[in-house]
Amino acid sequence: MSDALEISEEAVAKLLSAALDALNEAKTVADLKQLRSTHVGENSPLSRMNASLKDVPQDQRAAAGKIVGQARAKLGQAYAEAENRIAKAESAAKLLKETVDVTTWSPRITQGARHPLTMLQEQAADVFVSMGWEIAEGPELEHEWFNFDSLNFDEDHPARALQDTFFVEPVDQRLLLRTHTSPVQMRSLLSRPLPLYIVAPGKTFRTDELDATHTPVFSQIEGIAIDKNITMAHLKGILLHFAKAMFGEEAKVRLRANYFPFTEPSAEFDLWHPNFKEGPRWIEWGGCGMVHPNLLRSAGIDPEVYQGFAFGMGIERTLMFRADISDMREMIEGDIRFSKQFGVVG
Amino acid sequence: MRVPASWLAELVKVADNATPESLHADFVSVGFEEEDVHVSGVTGPLVIGEVLEYQVEEHSNGKKIRWCQVRTGKDEVRGIVCGAHNFEVGDKVVVTLPGAVLPGDFKIAARSTYGHISDGMIASERELGLGDDHDGIITLARLGLDAEVGADAVALLGLDDFAVELNVTPDRGYAMSMRGLAREYALATKQDFNDPADSVELLPEPNGFKVQVDDKQPIRGKIGSPLFITRLISGVDPKRKSPRWLVSRLKLAGIRSISVIVDVTNYVMLEYGQPLHAYDLDKLQGGITVRRANPGEKLKTLDGQERKLSTEDLLITDDSGAIGLAGVMGGLETEITDNTSNVLLESAVFDSVSIARTARIHKLPSEASKRFARGIDSAVTRVALDRAAKLIAELAGGVAEDFGSVTGSVEEPAAITLPKKFAEKIVGLSYTDAQQQQILQAIGCEVQTASGSEESWSITPPTWRGDLTDKWTLVEEIARVHGYDNIPSELPQSINGRGLTKNQQLRRKSANHLAGFGAVEVLNYPFLSETELGLFGETKDQVMKLANPLDCATPYLRRSLFAGLAGVAHRNLSRGFTTLNIFEIGTVFRPEAGVEYGLSDIPPAATLPDAETLKKLYNSMPPQPLYAGGILLGRRVESSAFNKAQNFDWQDAIAIPVSLGKIINSPITVKQGSAAGFHPGRTAELFAGDGKSIGIAGQAHPDVADFFNIPEGALLWQLDLDALFALANTNPQAKPISTYPATTQDVSLVVAEEVPAGELVEVFSEAAGSLLEEARIVDIYRGEGIAADQKSVLLALRFRADDRTLTAVEATESKMAGVEALTKKYQARIRD
Repeated sequence: MSDALEISEEAVAKLLSAALDALNEAKTVADLKQLRSTHVGENSPLSRMNASLKDVPQDQRAAAGKIVGQARAKLGQAYAEAENRIAKAESAAKLLKETVDVTTWSPRITQGARHPLTMLQEQAADVFVSMGWEIAEGPELEHEWFNFDSLNFDEDHPARALQDTFFVEPVDQRLLLRTHTSPVQMRSLLSRPLPLYIVAPGKTFRTDELDATHTPVFSQIEGIAIDKNITMAHLKGILLHFAKAMFGEEAKVRLRANYFPFTEPSAEFDLWHPNFKEGPRWIEWGGCGMVHPNLLRSAGIDPEVYQGFAFGMGIERTLMFRADISDMREMIEGDIRFSKQFGVVG
Repeated sequence: MRVPASWLAELVKVADNATPESLHADFVSVGFEEEDVHVSGVTGPLVIGEVLEYQVEEHSNGKKIRWCQVRTGKDEVRGIVCGAHNFEVGDKVVVTLPGAVLPGDFKIAARSTYGHISDGMIASERELGLGDDHDGIITLARLGLDAEVGADAVALLGLDDFAVELNVTPDRGYAMSMRGLAREYALATKQDFNDPADSVELLPEPNGFKVQVDDKQPIRGKIGSPLFITRLISGVDPKRKSPRWLVSRLKLAGIRSISVIVDVTNYVMLEYGQPLHAYDLDKLQGGITVRRANPGEKLKTLDGQERKLSTEDLLITDDSGAIGLAGVMGGLETEITDNTSNVLLESAVFDSVSIARTARIHKLPSEASKRFARGIDSAVTRVALDRAAKLIAELAGGVAEDFGSVTGSVEEPAAITLPKKFAEKIVGLSYTDAQQQQILQAIGCEVQTASGSEESWSITPPTWRGDLTDKWTLVEEIARVHGYDNIPSELPQSINGRGLTKNQQLRRKSANHLAGFGAVEVLNYPFLSETELGLFGETKDQVMKLANPLDCATPYLRRSLFAGLAGVAHRNLSRGFTTLNIFEIGTVFRPEAGVEYGLSDIPPAATLPDAETLKKLYNSMPPQPLYAGGILLGRRVESSAFNKAQNFDWQDAIAIPVSLGKIINSPITVKQGSAAGFHPGRTAELFAGDGKSIGIAGQAHPDVADFFNIPEGALLWQLDLDALFALANTNPQAKPISTYPATTQDVSLVVAEEVPAGELVEVFSEAAGSLLEEARIVDIYRGEGIAADQKSVLLALRFRADDRTLTAVEATESKMAGVEALTKKYQARIRD
């Protein structure tokens, strides 16, 4: 054992101060380790002083004990703090070493995309679904009766000629690729209970060569509402509501008289919007009218009791002026860059 | 239909400051869509000049020109070089001054030519777009005009006139005439309309010419020509020139001047919508018979083409045979020529369906056939004939004779009962009785109170409105003329819908998830070639074929999405994209071999087919399921600073559809499979539910890659979504989640090489029972210690019980049950 140490307030304060200074200087775990044996361990002066307390006369022992004890407690706390500080610093240094250039990241999850035409169909249908309408569907390959006769297309209507409609062999079996989504109207009238409120989005086909404004395969959405008191005013109201839902509150709709076999009275409807690229203007949007009584008769419904409206519009055309697309081919060629511009939002 | 503004103004009051835009707007308001505007293309200054003197100068190129002094105003004389020689000193001519623009954007300026400064140009008809005459310049005398020197020639020559072109819908035949459109314009602008037909004084009824309508095969019960009228104009001089006004009006209306007689027939057709035809009477043999063509009969039409006739064609014939396709085009033999002196003019009513069919069969959409097909006004058939006869006599000389014929008659239109409240019921806008009456009368209807009911009218539509057939058509007239803009916007009462169906929801979710898996949606055409079918093992008798494809090479409708996907992959590759993950959701057409689809008898329209017919209709369609498919090429992970490149491989082709099945709760299992168009060893067949085959996934066959010019190693997958959706559990029941700890174990099993590892897992899991939570293949080992025809499969196993902490013994028991089953089925043994 080394020499006995004098236990005095000064001596203890001196030792503590030296130990605290050393702790403050410590930078690494190795520094700490070394410092431990010098200032904290069993052989450190304070520990030895503590051990020698038993030799202090009884009457002074309590006071001396208090001085040494307080100093050791302070030192212990300081040591723990230093330990914590150094651990944090070393950890931070380690993390700093792990630095990467995050801007060199490369995508391990690649983003796909929906086609905006199908998304637009969904969005349009949802406006009606939110009003309680339902979405109806039908086959793309149809029988002529559903596509024409039942819809009041006379057998001599020009649309029925081979040059407009894709017929399937053998032609006398009367199957064709539907030229509009309207056969779904007839299927719904035949199969669903009245009153009837449905929208029918889907693919349609006509024998147009592909160019900037035509494609032989395109899509439409149409709606039909049949009830006892549905009027043209309701038709206008629904179209206006739909236009606003799709294009914003400033959108306006107007009807112009026209002719369609499946409606009477018939109209074309135009859309007006202040933010169209070429300025605020009317754009032809679709066809509509009051469902022709012969359609109701084809479905066995009395046109003196029930009446309603129908409307339809091209999805491609709607997308073109909504998303500023000037060439139809971009929508159908399947170039991945086209869909990727839209992600999964239309 | 083109409407020259000056002509319109003769029939109805048109504002002096009317523009093409204002005319269009007025017509649009009553339902006529605007198509185009036609203008002369001449802008002033264009003035009348008088030739004061000229000198003929011959130039080195041999050309003789005249150096003219032309007075173009009171104190204004201009030097102008002119190449024409058809004028004399003192003639009045048309001078285009510097600053004028002629058709074709030809700008006039003072320019240096043949040694002079020519201060303007003396114009020819062709230069002004007035006609084809370029033999010389215009002299007013030649045109039969006169005006002060210096006067504006633009108005004088009608070059300030314009025409608006309107789209006439197929139900409105009457609007294919100036008379009909003037009536509409009057409605739009609230002006009075004076029917020009009222001012035509009819000539005495023609007779003496033998005409017979002998229609033995009326189409759809309608006789081909219910009314056929002719009249002779004798002693005409067909070489006379049509007057300026006639030529320029026809031109604005889009019709070229041919000869004075043809011009008059065209003019009157435009005026009344009644097509007329002129025969050279001296070339006719005997009288005229109107009949259907005989089988094999032929006719050489005006355009010089010999046409094989259809037995549905309605013909004009004489004793020599066919001399015209009724209402469509005349024959060459009896055409009027420069030598014609006796013109027999025909004005007839032909059945619209018959004419439409003939025009379609022979691809002859003439001005006449367009009008007959839409329906003409039989009440002016004779008016138009007499108007034309008188005009021919006036302009081509000759005499409108009493000789001719009237054969047949047209029934009066039937009356329609219209309840006075019906328009309001349909439109949702209250119209007064007076409003409705006024509108219906304005469009030409007779309105009377219905017998027996004060609440209804009896409406007799005018002869020119064949489209007004029921009370709904009358409502359209009331609403249209009153104005669609006046109809209010109202929302119907809300209703109780049930939202999207299960399939509609799953379809959307599937598309969104496929996009989430990195795939890009495309929409391909369903048209395929025979080669494309063959590549995927399909034959012509398994597919629907279009009778009239756009491209003869691709008449077949797809049975699968593969060819379309491979094609679109090629397109993207050709645009420089080497990594592709593409999907499509779409209908495929899958007829069953040997089944005859379709239904040859079309049930009648406007009646509910009987139950049996309806069932036949519903069943006449081949299955058209909804499929999803995809193609992958290139890199799953691109090489970069921190990544090594990884290519898509067969596992990705499987992962996408299987993940989709999992996420929509319709689990898919994978089995070794094979399919045409796929790599024989890298193809998975996909199953859902209780072993229903619902798809294919794997690597494309090199032949497919080769044909579509895409890299070998391209990966394809496809799912029958309808089948997959049907098996989806969209109302899953939640089980309690066990919070007891899991126990993990491994097992290495040695089995024959040909045993699919996936089956091992399946059989093992089944036998191990409910304690086994997951079994996963973590390694397959071949080599030392394992026989050459065997492999060792390492399974990682996780066990858990719902109600207790499992002991190792329990887990081992469960494992051994699995091993036992594998030993039984595949002679598997645990690897030492």
